[in-house]
Amino acid sequence: MLKVEDLNVYYDKIHAIKGASFEVRDGEICTLIGANGAGKTTILQTISGLLQPKSGKITLDGSEITGRAPNKILLQGLAQVPEGRRVFSKMTVLENLEMGAYTRKDAAGIREDYEMVFQSFPRLKERIHQQAGTLSGGEQQMLAIGRALMSRPRMLLLDEPSMGLAPILVDEIFSIIRQVNQSGVTVLLVEQNAAKALEIAHYSYVLATGQIVSSGEGKSMLTDSSVRSAYLG
Amino acid sequence: MDFAQQLINGIQLGSIYALIAIGYTMVYGIAKMINFAHGDIIMVGSYIALMIFQNTGLPVWGVIAASALASALLGMAIERLAYKPLRGGSRMSALITTIGVSILLQNVFLLLFGSSPKPFPAAFEGEGFTLAGVPVSRLTLVTLLVTLLLMVLLTLFVGRTKLGKAMRAVSEDQGAAQLMGINIDTSISLTFAIGSALAAVAAVLYSSTYPLINPYMGSMLGLKAFIAAVIGGIGIIPGAMLGGFIIGIAEALIKGYISSALVDAIVFSLLIVVLIIKPSGLLGKNEREKV
Repeated sequence: MLKVEDLNVYYDKIHAIKGASFEVRDGEICTLIGANGAGKTTILQTISGLLQPKSGKITLDGSEITGRAPNKILLQGLAQVPEGRRVFSKMTVLENLEMGAYTRKDAAGIREDYEMVFQSFPRLKERIHQQAGTLSGGEQQMLAIGRALMSRPRMLLLDEPSMGLAPILVDEIFSIIRQVNQSGVTVLLVEQNAAKALEIAHYSYVLATGQIVSSGEGKSMLTDSSVRSAYLG
Repeated sequence: MDFAQQLINGIQLGSIYALIAIGYTMVYGIAKMINFAHGDIIMVGSYIALMIFQNTGLPVWGVIAASALASALLGMAIERLAYKPLRGGSRMSALITTIGVSILLQNVFLLLFGSSPKPFPAAFEGEGFTLAGVPVSRLTLVTLLVTLLLMVLLTLFVGRTKLGKAMRAVSEDQGAAQLMGINIDTSISLTFAIGSALAAVAAVLYSSTYPLINPYMGSMLGLKAFIAAVIGGIGIIPGAMLGGFIIGIAEALIKGYISSALVDAIVFSLLIVVLIIKPSGLLGKNEREKV
């Protein structure tokens, strides 16, 4: 579904992503694991259009989206849950979801999707008119995911959804990601928590200093020597 | 001159400051820059209104609307041509550019109209009513009502409409807003349009009160409104409204009871005092700068 070919991204003169190529297959959960600073977030931001690549090609279902504006890429059905959640903290839960549906015009469909989000995240419904900044970390992550789902994406990019959350919440978030995937949304998940990510992934890539160094079916990677030595200890 | 009269004068002037301060604060909120050319948009708005008054038979409300529209277009054009190319650069270059645009506008109008002040027609003449023995002129009444109406409309726009909410989203987190599919360029353009239109309305109200206009009139007026925005808490719209009224009323009372020569000195000292006691402004929350 998503294909990244020979991607090169620079921050000024720093070569952050060095010829990365990988593919996310339709309907699957694909993870990109790697240590801090490996370039995971850079890759996601380049896919969603926040960063411009120096060279390389990104295609979604065969049509090229390389270097297009974020709003154009979103309209192609690709939504991103950014690192650190980045909910609009001075806006209410409902307003945040409304912003998630910003590009849509079908009022009836949007109302349906509010219900869908509130069904998946009942705690958000309880806090519907509360400012997002007053939510707990876990609730903010749920809101960030719900907000991204409001665009009715075909594919969801998740950047470190477990970051800074208590273990019990991490389990909850991962089971939600699985549910989202089962409802037909393809997922590209970036995680430092490699063990957790590999458990739910169909396929996985390992990123180190801007390059893909290893890849394989999700669970098999749990025993992969490069992954074990570098990330699982 | 009794207290009530001074207070009414202060509210009238404060309305004008508040309208201008909203432009500073909105632009800061969304583009994170102080637009020092904003004061000169007031001057441009006054000259445009004057030209329309002199050359057409438009009623005063039509003049205000036309001047607001023209100023909004000018504000958008300035943003597009001078500020947008610097987005993502250092804040200092943007700041210096706004000062450059300010000087440019002043000198263009100096060339076009000369340095001698031009008389501005009395748009809202006549008696208003008497409130507890104090006469309130029609101009005062119009100024206050127009300001309140625009504030209500702006609050509804920012709080209730999709475009307004998108503007708030952009001011909080540009990257996240982009991921929602919000077009940042549109939001920023719209902010400049609204700020400039409000400045033009303020310009007509101000010029009707002090009916001599010159190419430098925007400097001090803009600076005072900027102080109002900072006192209220820069980036916060209700803060700009509050700050505007505080500065206006303080000025009137200082003029009435202390000394008209010391007005500016005292108002600027007021800014220093507020910044020492509450650096984020009266309605601002103390937030740590994100790194």
